Amino acid sequence: MTAARAGSESPLLTAEGLTKHYGARLGCADVSLEIYPGEVLAVVGESGSGKSTLLSLLSTQMRPSSGSIRYRMRDDVMRDLFELGEAERRFLLRTDWGFVHQDARLGLRIGVSAGGNVGERLMAVGWRNYGRIRQEAVDWLARVEIDADRIDDTPATFSGGMRQRLQIAKNMVTSPRLVFMDEPTGGLDVSVQARLLDLLRGLVADYGLAAIIVTHDLAVARLLSHRLMVMRRGRVIETGLTDQVLDDPREPYTQLLVSSDLRG
Amino acid sequence: MSTPPTYNFAYLDEQTKRMIRRAILKAIAIPGYQVPFASREMPMPYGWGTGGVQVTASILGPDDVLKVIDQGADDTTNAVSIRRFFARTAGVATTTHTAEATIIQTRHRIPETPLREGQILVYQVPIPEPLRFLEPREIETRQMHALEDYGLMHVKLYEDIARHGHIATTYAYPVKVQDRYLMDPSPTPKFDNPKMDMSPALQLFGAGREQRIYALPPYTRVVSLDFEDHPFERTRFDKPCSQCGAAGVYLDEVVTDDAGGRMFVCSDTDYCAGRRQSGAKTSSAETAP
Repeated sequence: MTAARAGSESPLLTAEGLTKHYGARLGCADVSLEIYPGEVLAVVGESGSGKSTLLSLLSTQMRPSSGSIRYRMRDDVMRDLFELGEAERRFLLRTDWGFVHQDARLGLRIGVSAGGNVGERLMAVGWRNYGRIRQEAVDWLARVEIDADRIDDTPATFSGGMRQRLQIAKNMVTSPRLVFMDEPTGGLDVSVQARLLDLLRGLVADYGLAAIIVTHDLAVARLLSHRLMVMRRGRVIETGLTDQVLDDPREPYTQLLVSSDLRG
Repeated sequence: MSTPPTYNFAYLDEQTKRMIRRAILKAIAIPGYQVPFASREMPMPYGWGTGGVQVTASILGPDDVLKVIDQGADDTTNAVSIRRFFARTAGVATTTHTAEATIIQTRHRIPETPLREGQILVYQVPIPEPLRFLEPREIETRQMHALEDYGLMHVKLYEDIARHGHIATTYAYPVKVQDRYLMDPSPTPKFDNPKMDMSPALQLFGAGREQRIYALPPYTRVVSLDFEDHPFERTRFDKPCSQCGAAGVYLDEVVTDDAGGRMFVCSDTDYCAGRRQSGAKTSSAETAP
């Protein structure tokens, strides 16, 4: 699985010493990580371990109390994300990045048709040809296995699994290089989960996508990720290749986590 | 028609007028930008043109000639009462003729007679924010304006085409002002959108309940949003006006009996009356200037 890293020497995103305090409480402390193009990193841990805080920090939705995040822009220059202007950051968020929420309603416009949802990013970056926007939407719906005749239906009429797939299409349409996923399979039944995981694996492989996936489900981490980070009480306690960590956990907490997973 | 002593000239006190004038000046300096202002209670309900009335009151001078229209008509309740309001509180001359007026307050229509330099058109605006029904958060819409982040507006037009096969928005059709601000032209029919573009008259927009003023200075570029393959189209009518025979003007449908009878007449009553007086025939089909 490390093969995905071959050929890309410099990291896409580097975070150093990320710390976030909520008042007196700790969100996460001193997290450093690097992610390379085409690499999938899973962040696992129980509820309240700081996974979601970390994801919000990395995707610049929240400012860290201390620490920095640098990102290699499309012009190959590493830039500090918190020194970007608001306009630049928004542009980054809707072109070069994707964000897949656990609750599809946060990532989709529930009253807008599937085609409109997929087309939104394209229109935001200046596409002004209805026919081409629609064609692109049709293509992407097919790629996430949504029937083309549902293109004018709103996601309100979609099942949970379809909404999640639509959310992925919406994010992928501008060919992002980095996608953040917050429990992408949460709340879906097992067969729908399997299909979604299959789809995500395909996309990551086909488009050389880098992804940071936050999950409490070790099976998801095992299937999708190349590398794994285990968090507990806001700190990273173990990192390594996914199969290494899951098959031969070093920390007592990780051992507990692995042994408490029914499928592990 | 003299000013009753109980009111200041044009109803509002001078400090309020100064405040509104400052907002108007700022709005003119930044075409299409919505300037907040401290809207006052007016002796009429919200939705009846309190924003437009405040703007008119602030710019009105003793020498002005005022015309007020409601949907193009000079003789409907809203138009008559606002015209009388200013005749009483400011003692200004009023008219129904577009060419004679220096200030025209309007709800929904732009007169068919082309406006000239020196005239001011004041719009009554219910909802100034073009993105409001797409994005309910004011903080977010302000940020979208600041960052010129207008992709969402095209999502609305996309939805129109996906559902109806064409852009079905016929009024409050969004426009881009001077290639910068997205603006709601108030609920004017899209038929009138092209008249806003490069108009020699000053156009002021007042939203009383929403407390916003925005403006189009004379000769401002106003472009209706569209798609390359679904360009903006002005509303067309099959028949000319049944009263004056004018074609290429905006028509109102009037039901004439309970057996399905109806006719189409000019929505601009002054324009229609002027043509009939100068002898235009019902049957002739001429084009409006």
